Amino acid sequence: MADQAEFSDLAMEYMSALYSAALRMTRNPSDAEDLVQETYLKAYRAFGGFEAGTNLKAWLYRILTNTYINIYRAKKRRPEIADVEDVEDLFLYRRLSADQPSGLGRSAEDEALERITDTEVKGAIESLPDTFRMAVLLADVEGFSYKEIAEITEVPIGTVMSRIHRGRKALQKALFEFGSARGLVGASGDGK
Amino acid sequence: MMPGGGHVAGFVNCDETIERLYYYLDGELTEERRVEIVRHLDMCGPCVGAFGFEAELRKVIANLCKDHVPDALLDRVAHALQDERVRQGN
Repeated sequence: MADQAEFSDLAMEYMSALYSAALRMTRNPSDAEDLVQETYLKAYRAFGGFEAGTNLKAWLYRILTNTYINIYRAKKRRPEIADVEDVEDLFLYRRLSADQPSGLGRSAEDEALERITDTEVKGAIESLPDTFRMAVLLADVEGFSYKEIAEITEVPIGTVMSRIHRGRKALQKALFEFGSARGLVGASGDGK
Repeated sequence: MMPGGGHVAGFVNCDETIERLYYYLDGELTEERRVEIVRHLDMCGPCVGAFGFEAELRKVIANLCKDHVPDALLDRVAHALQDERVRQGN
């Protein structure tokens, strides 16, 4: 049993991470703030049931994810059944590293990584359908394990792995398209 | 490069290595599988390049996905929790 009086001391440090996740999920600062506030209120009320010593961050993310699904999916008439297309392995790496002279200075792919902006990364993540977006966020931004993500999103671990892997590849394709639009990558292609 | 073909126990080719790339970077392989990948990477420059890129890309994504929490949100949450405390106390 956890003591509610301790809640703020323990939980407030995760606000920055939760707020970023909420922004990616809702794609809107005002909705993200509402979502974070609702998450903290629910967590506070439920804190008596939190088992002290277990993973508080994962527990908060589970509440955030459930709250998001309940509020924002309920707004839609039908649940989102969007999928991502199949993208080949190493999509970004193969496009960035192709056709370059080797052994001279920094590689093209390293330079491209340095030029990626936060707007591009956030935009690419936000372009993914809900379930893939959450899986990639939880794995790559927050560093949760497959098992933790399965618990947070309440789906089987095999589904989690599939969503993460396919979501990552779709993210690479989106990043490539965002980068191409800015002329950052793909310069070796048609040169336009 | 070790293209596909006959599988030798304890050794994996490039295709198998790339297939397990994410599991490796996620720290989700068994020790036995992990050692197979490490052994392959020791001998294979192209796969090292791909693994290095994917690991770096992940860092870039995590680092660029941070947002500043507005002070107003911190205040809102603190007040909401305070109100809840008062409500429960009554």
